Amino acid sequence: MSGDFSSLRSDIPQLTREVHGRRLVYLDSAATSLTPRSVIEAMDQYYERHHSNVHRAVYLTAEEATAAFEGARADIASFISAPGGAEEVVFTHGTTESFNLIAHGWGARHLGPDSAIVLTEMEHHANLVPWFQLRERLGFEIRFLTVTDDFRLDLSNLDELLHGASLISFTGISNVLGTVNPVAEIAKRAHAVGVRVVVDGAQLVAHHPVDVEALGIDAICFGAHKMMGPTGIGAVWAKRDMWAEMDPFMGGGAMIADVSLDGYVPAPDNRRFEAGTPPIAEAVGFAAAIRYLRGWDMAALQAHEDTLTAEALRRLADVAPGRLRIIGPPTLDQRAGVISLDLDGVHPHDIAQVLDQHGVCVRPGHHCAKPLMKRFGLSATVRVSFGPYNTSSDIDVLIDALTAADAMFR
Amino acid sequence: MDGLDDLYKDIILDHYRSPRNRGELPVPPAMSAEGFNPLCGDQVTVYVTLDGDTISDIKITGTGCSISQASSSLMSAAVKGKTTSFAYDRLAVFKRLMTIDDTPGEPVNVRELGEMAALQGVVQFPARIKCAILAWNTLDQVLSTHASPQ
Ligand SMILES: Cc1ncc(COP(=O)(O)O)c(C=O)c1O
Repeated sequence: MSGDFSSLRSDIPQLTREVHGRRLVYLDSAATSLTPRSVIEAMDQYYERHHSNVHRAVYLTAEEATAAFEGARADIASFISAPGGAEEVVFTHGTTESFNLIAHGWGARHLGPDSAIVLTEMEHHANLVPWFQLRERLGFEIRFLTVTDDFRLDLSNLDELLHGASLISFTGISNVLGTVNPVAEIAKRAHAVGVRVVVDGAQLVAHHPVDVEALGIDAICFGAHKMMGPTGIGAVWAKRDMWAEMDPFMGGGAMIADVSLDGYVPAPDNRRFEAGTPPIAEAVGFAAAIRYLRGWDMAALQAHEDTLTAEALRRLADVAPGRLRIIGPPTLDQRAGVISLDLDGVHPHDIAQVLDQHGVCVRPGHHCAKPLMKRFGLSATVRVSFGPYNTSSDIDVLIDALTAADAMFR
Repeated sequence: MDGLDDLYKDIILDHYRSPRNRGELPVPPAMSAEGFNPLCGDQVTVYVTLDGDTISDIKITGTGCSISQASSSLMSAAVKGKTTSFAYDRLAVFKRLMTIDDTPGEPVNVRELGEMAALQGVVQFPARIKCAILAWNTLDQVLSTHASPQ
């Protein structure tokens, strides 16, 4: 299915902006995606009509707010085909907090001096640092899958690394290379030896249809702002039996069954993982974003982004031939619309600065994946990333701007 | 694209493509310090040989964006063969040009800065001021370690 996505653009208010007198060409969706009007309006509605705290209230607007908040949880569960429904979804403030919840909630109970987990060299700092922090306290071993010269996870020693480990946590799509990892295959091999499987879904859930049961994973972390929703909210989905193995990592109101001066009893259900007043307006916006994505159909949006990615890869080959290197898979095979570039002799920040003057938003830097940058001997790349609202004419502007940047510094 | 031409002046691009005083000096007798700018991942190492109070030689190595590397080159050309107090004076003027030091006083006499004045346009791009000042702060580090009593 490859539809007409030009009308989608008119749903995004920010796309009407001009910057430096040019049309805004937004190519930084891997960092955060632009927001459709329907998401903004849904959050406005909450603040204008239903603003109240959730749970435990008896008045009408609080019941409305609670229904909207819990409805969002159900929408998220169904979006990723959670087999156990809404009860398996816990809200967080974003992907980063989701990883902290799993590391401290699950890891603190299961890891110690004799245990090991497996991560990869391709991870975002969000799926590294929480585990490093926990390791400082508990002293377990962290093993790493490495990345091959052709930008794939090296699975040749996967079974060896999994042996004796209790958990593997890895990204579905690399936010630097665009590599799409074989989630189902890794999950199958991990489960064969009783290893829990956690996936970084920050990019995957935002750009591909995801069915957690079909992938055969135990948990996935993702956030709304990379999937056309608001900042400040994310989620963890985990299988019911995985939640049962976890302890709350934040304490406070709302997560308890009882509190006395002697101590507390955590809530019996997954409310024990949500301490304090949650981001309610953001949950409403998250649900609106999911409705929006479903309205266009995730598979169709992926196909659209795949088409753009293939076109960009093809056309980038003609820019500064021999000097512009794509740091990631060169074709659409198992890759998504995140394209990192290295232009010999021109620093990524200089490129991004010139692109900005052409109205083009791209990201220079290490993309919160310093070990991966080190693996390829780079300190920074220029990263181009697509969202559903991008078009072929965005690629035209990108190519012109890159050519101008190259001419300027060469 | 006015702003961009202000940022990437020909002098800057020239110093970026053909940096002056590139290289290392043996330490000791030379002194050195390393500076780092996390934004662009810029790195510079400044080597200085003092003859009494005079910077008799200066060399710089490093990697990074055009602004950091051109500023290093411009700085080395500006202070080589000059006294340390001249270098400190230039550093103070440069900080005012970059609006890092915004205490009221005489406006910066841009002409006094010579080629270094080409970096004036950086001020329109606040994120890049750190790139421009990196080499100067690193020189400051080298000279202040020397100044401390031995
Ligand atoms: C793959 C991946 N993981 C984790 C994160 C962290 O997301 P957030 O900063 O929204 O918590 C990001 C976003 O930068 C990402 O791309």
